[in-house]
Amino acid sequence: MTLAKKRAMTAYLFLAVPLVFFIGVRFGPMLYAMLRSLTDWSLLRKTNQFIGLSNFKAVLGDPVFLKALANTLKYAIVGAPIVIALSLGIALLLNRIARARGFFRLIYILPYITPIVAVSWVWRWMYQTPPLGILNAIFSALGLPAMEFLLSPNQALYSIVAVNIWVELGYCTTVFLAGIQTIPMDCIEAARIDGASSRQILFGIVLPLLMPITLFLMIMQGIQFLRIFTPVYNMSAQAMGGPLDSTKSAALYIYQEAFTKFELGRASAASLVLFAIIMAVTLAQLKLFDKKANGEVES
Amino acid sequence: MMVEKRVGVTLAYVILATLSLVMVFPFFWMLLSSFKDASQIFETRVFPTRPTLDNYRLILLDGHSRFPRWFLNSAVVAVCTTASVLFFDSLLGYTLSKFSFPGKKIIFLLIISTLMIPTEMLVIPWYALSRAMKWGNTYWGVMFPGMISAFGVFLMRQFMSTIPNDLLDAARIDGMGELSIFVKIVMPLVTPALATLAIFNFIGNWNAFLWPLIVASKPRMFTLPVGLANFSGEAGSDWHLIMTGATVAMAPLIALFLVFQKQIVRGIAMTGLKG
Repeated sequence: MTLAKKRAMTAYLFLAVPLVFFIGVRFGPMLYAMLRSLTDWSLLRKTNQFIGLSNFKAVLGDPVFLKALANTLKYAIVGAPIVIALSLGIALLLNRIARARGFFRLIYILPYITPIVAVSWVWRWMYQTPPLGILNAIFSALGLPAMEFLLSPNQALYSIVAVNIWVELGYCTTVFLAGIQTIPMDCIEAARIDGASSRQILFGIVLPLLMPITLFLMIMQGIQFLRIFTPVYNMSAQAMGGPLDSTKSAALYIYQEAFTKFELGRASAASLVLFAIIMAVTLAQLKLFDKKANGEVES
Repeated sequence: MMVEKRVGVTLAYVILATLSLVMVFPFFWMLLSSFKDASQIFETRVFPTRPTLDNYRLILLDGHSRFPRWFLNSAVVAVCTTASVLFFDSLLGYTLSKFSFPGKKIIFLLIISTLMIPTEMLVIPWYALSRAMKWGNTYWGVMFPGMISAFGVFLMRQFMSTIPNDLLDAARIDGMGELSIFVKIVMPLVTPALATLAIFNFIGNWNAFLWPLIVASKPRMFTLPVGLANFSGEAGSDWHLIMTGATVAMAPLIALFLVFQKQIVRGIAMTGLKG
């Protein structure tokens, strides 16, 4: 055996266990879910018959699923841009100050590393209606009207979005700050000597250079919000995604179909729909940003 | 110009400080609530008038409390998956960076592409698998999906490329076996990367919710987040106990965070820059 062949054999040997894992625990299950979405797979029935696209017809005809999809898009469309804008602003501010930068960043990251279950319950406690909730106590001290927050079908979703923004903010800020710090200082100095204003430097140099990071964060946060589950599960009464399904996300719908109704085939179909939406949103963002980036080069 | 700049900096400090109050307030409120008893929790006073440790005694020391068991479960799961991820991810990163063999690129792409498969879809077949294999309510059942992390492979491959090939060849000439080269030479050289990977994986597994919620149906096998969700759902208006449970679930992570803040910040920054 030649040396190169021997080295290749070693490589395959090292890869054997991980490859079994990725096939058995990732690709295999994915294909399995796709196939079983075409059957009436349920834990409550013994037989499993091929039923074509009936599951897809059923979930897409289910007003609750459509409502959950609409909510899911709302989570992403409201949540992701706010997180990105806020964290970019904070990162720019952090970059301006000399002292206590690390300290502030540390505080902003704190929610990101704590269990979402725990913070969801802390916020649920703070969101309580008067006289229990501290937020309503603060509101009334400021002379503002009391809010229902999680109990109102109009406010509950946004109350949950706010928590998720609070959780993700530190992560995005840290990524942005790291990106800002890779921008060469002489680039900015040169522009300043040429008489560029701070505003021109920000919009002409800093933001365009941060474009790839912004795209990365937009996509990651978009996916994060489209998959939202834990805060909804823990912040709605009986984990039902209420009031009146107003906070139910697609992920929670899938969970309920599969693990409270045991309709695994239908849940698989719903999860494929969510997968398709995540892919579509990601590709759309890639395309949109691509156009923008090219447009800037041309102009 | 100077004055304008100074005003700008002062304003930045004011905004950042205000915001940091918003960021820490929930933690502060949780902690204060955990020192109140059932009657004080419904008073509007911010600070407890008679601070008590009874809630902690009930949750941590009482014989009926399941929190100690959940704590243990979370620790077992987080430690075991992290150990497995450290070994396999660095082995994969090393192989994909330092060996050349047919199919290398495809294998790397296949591994990375698994990052796009949503967990919501995978949990359904995982559940069927766990039922068939009788893995429900076992540590292995909770842990098996997280034994290798595709993200970690990506990270480790980057780091492995910095190891000089001469060093590896020298070890081979000395007659060292490939596996002992990996364990004794390669792994010690990438300790900083391993530290980052370890801390992220530990946090991720400690906080994981969806899969443990599905696979563990018996309270004795709950992890801390699942236990806390269950406990809080049943606690009704015992907010002082819920807040104490939340504090207990967070405490190890906050301690870890304070010790390893450098690695965590660097790890987060890296995910963005490499992306």
